[in-house]
Amino acid sequence: MAGYIARRLLQAIPVLLGTTFLIYFMVFAMPGDPVVALFGDKTPPPQVLEAVRERYNLDQPFIVQYLLFLAGIFQGDFGVSFSGQPVSEILAVTFPVTLQLAILAVLIEMVFGITIGLVSGLRKGGIFDASFLVVSLILISLPVFVVAFVAQFVFGIQLGWFRTTVGPGAPIQDLILPAIVLATISFAQIVRLTRASVIDTGGQDFVRTAASKGLSRRRIVPVHILRNSLIPVVTYLAVDFGVLMVGATVTEGIFNVPGVGRTLYQAIIRGEGPTVVSFVTVMVLIYLVINLLVDLLYAVLDPRIRYAK
Amino acid sequence: MTSTVNGSDVQHTTPDGEEQPLLEIKDLKVDFTTQEGKVTAVDGVNITLYRGQSLAIVGESGSGKSTTAHAIIKLLPGSGEISGGQILLDGQDLAKSSKKEMEDIRGRKIGFVPQDPMSNLNPVWSIGFQVEEAIRANGIATGRKEVRARAIEVLKQAGLQDADRRLKQFPHQFSGGMRQRVLIGMGLAADPQLLIADEPTSALDVTVQRVILDHLESLTRELGTTLLFITHDLGLAAERAEQLVVMYKGKVVESGPSLEILQNPQHPYTQRLVAAAPSLASRRIKSTIHGQDAAAHEPGAEVGTTTDTIDLIATAEARAEAHEAAAAQPPAIVVEDLTKVFKIRGSGDFTAVDKVSFEIPKGTTTALVGESGSGKSTVAKMLLKLEDVTSGKIIVGGKDLASLTGKELFDLRSRMQPVFQDPYGSLNPLRNIGNTISEPLVTHSVGDRASRRARVFELLDQVSLPRTLVGRYPNELSGGQRQRIAIARALALKPEIVILDEAVSALDVLVQAQILRLLADLQAELDLTYLFITHDLAVVRVIADNVCVMQKGRIVEAAATDDVFENPTEQYTKDLLAAIPGANLQLGA
Repeated sequence: MAGYIARRLLQAIPVLLGTTFLIYFMVFAMPGDPVVALFGDKTPPPQVLEAVRERYNLDQPFIVQYLLFLAGIFQGDFGVSFSGQPVSEILAVTFPVTLQLAILAVLIEMVFGITIGLVSGLRKGGIFDASFLVVSLILISLPVFVVAFVAQFVFGIQLGWFRTTVGPGAPIQDLILPAIVLATISFAQIVRLTRASVIDTGGQDFVRTAASKGLSRRRIVPVHILRNSLIPVVTYLAVDFGVLMVGATVTEGIFNVPGVGRTLYQAIIRGEGPTVVSFVTVMVLIYLVINLLVDLLYAVLDPRIRYAK
Repeated sequence: MTSTVNGSDVQHTTPDGEEQPLLEIKDLKVDFTTQEGKVTAVDGVNITLYRGQSLAIVGESGSGKSTTAHAIIKLLPGSGEISGGQILLDGQDLAKSSKKEMEDIRGRKIGFVPQDPMSNLNPVWSIGFQVEEAIRANGIATGRKEVRARAIEVLKQAGLQDADRRLKQFPHQFSGGMRQRVLIGMGLAADPQLLIADEPTSALDVTVQRVILDHLESLTRELGTTLLFITHDLGLAAERAEQLVVMYKGKVVESGPSLEILQNPQHPYTQRLVAAAPSLASRRIKSTIHGQDAAAHEPGAEVGTTTDTIDLIATAEARAEAHEAAAAQPPAIVVEDLTKVFKIRGSGDFTAVDKVSFEIPKGTTTALVGESGSGKSTVAKMLLKLEDVTSGKIIVGGKDLASLTGKELFDLRSRMQPVFQDPYGSLNPLRNIGNTISEPLVTHSVGDRASRRARVFELLDQVSLPRTLVGRYPNELSGGQRQRIAIARALALKPEIVILDEAVSALDVLVQAQILRLLADLQAELDLTYLFITHDLAVVRVIADNVCVMQKGRIVEAAATDDVFENPTEQYTKDLLAAIPGANLQLGA
């Protein structure tokens, strides 16, 4: 087990190097001079330009810039943003917000998605199943920004149940509406997955055997059908959590949530190389760790899976 | 004792005449709703079963025997529903019982042992958990300690001696035989009056099957449990049950005491079944073959025509002649000290095949017999070069297989063709029959379109299938037809050697008999050499000239078929022979 984890972590190193290099290269290759752009309409004196370039190592060739950046990361130095704030500080502020948002969204998906999927699967072809098939098709078809704007308008402005924007330092209940919007993206998938899984498990021989032992339906459904059906669903949810953790750019943008997604978006617009690369590096790391956790979770859920060595 | 066709009562001579039967099925009808409308799977079945008796329902797949069993406990799959008749258990009509009443009856009054031990235990719960919940649900014991103690008792009773240690283990840590014991334990956990065993051992090796059935028999006798057996194996049914009910296409065609039915089958279908059962047929070679020997037919054909006879004696004689002729020629296959070692992570090496040597004379059949895990299929894979050889030699047609590369190997493949076990898995569902059969011709660039088409027709004729099948797809065919297609495909390139890996194991007895005869005919006609791999010793006797018995990767006994059957020298071979169901039954002359 420990060996398996160690091997997976070692595998993460080339992935991390590859992704950071690619991102760094793409930011480097973006058109326009970020330093000049920083000054907007004004024309800065050449000495100032030189000083800024030197400070951010922008006068060095690409590969030297990348290696310097890499060396910094290994020393725990994620660089400094153009506004002079250390990137690690920005990360420390934005990640907790995104974490809260992601947890809320996954909880909503889980409670509603699994419940509706279970009922649909148990009553396959019934009216409940058919209605939620339509609902999930609609939700799958709608782009998230449409859902976000409609939700903002209806629940925020017309009904006034929620604040329309979140902003820095907002209480957690302000995150509920963006979390619901985020949850709609995967909600339909969870319903479909749970439903299919419940139908599949319900037809298994061991379910019939459980009934032949004299167990009641009330016991068979949670213990023999739902428990087995949850294996793929829970792993999907965990991956989904990883996706949400690395930022929901559009939703965070619309609701002005000061999280990872919005900050990254702004950094890309400004061409802030170090900020973008540092954020992405941390995101890749989180994503790798969550994927590893998903695989370990799989072994917990399914006793047949054991990781050798 | 009288036995009449269609829906006759099973008649008993009970000790005290007027005793009420434990289970009485009257005119049972079960329908399934499909897209094409209602299909009646069980049609007017009558069965009477008295306390302490054992009764077996025999039939091929689709005969409605399992559906009848599931109807009794009202756990019919999918759209199945009881549309008529009565199921009286101790006078209570189960067909009219509510869900709640059935929950009380299941487990407590009727125990059920399902067919496939691999799929009938929930993989995510421990063995202990699954046995304990059965005990708790039936109110046999309460309190953690009592329930646990009862679980251990039940499992020990079912033959799991180290039950207390193994309660925490999961199903995948148990072998098939052990799982079946767990299922039997669960079925008997609440001391039911009636135990329904639905093909309880058909997924197991013969020796394991025997041990389990012996145990089940003594256990039910000890507890006084009434036993209802469902099986496709006539020999097994006759050996294990006092009464037989033969089902065909949803109807009872014959019923009565087991031996009587075997010795004097009345209904033509039963006659065919008795004739085709390999375990019984093997005895028939030397015992009694009357002129009225029964026939093998397409399962759908009219029951009762006897023009098409399996003449086992003639087959055996032809075999002997071929055998003599073959002695003069060099052997088709020589295997010397063949060894295969698999590297298993964490637990070192595993020797699947250990210094195996044998020769197959041209135009003859050698059977490789053994239980699962004995290495017989690995030998086949190495012969086909689907698996690398660790050490040893394989010489085919005078050439060392290891020395062949590229073109030579490609040519060899055309002379050596496989037929695999599962006719459902070995045909590509997206290719029609014509394309499936002609595929090897295309791969080896034999002939042009027209000649390939002609060859496909010729092959369909050879395997006795209508030419109209060319444009059909595998899912439209029965298992037996599919296996014929697989054989036609193997013969397409006019091979000299055909490797048959459990090629008839997945088929119903009657279909199995047809395919075996087809193989024998083709061998005589085309001078084919067969390597026949099987776990079923009963089949071996009808098809093979020589037998190699494998155990744990080694050949423990190798001799001519008749010698092996008449004078087995190894204890293991004796065990295998003794385990053939029905082998000890004396069929009256």
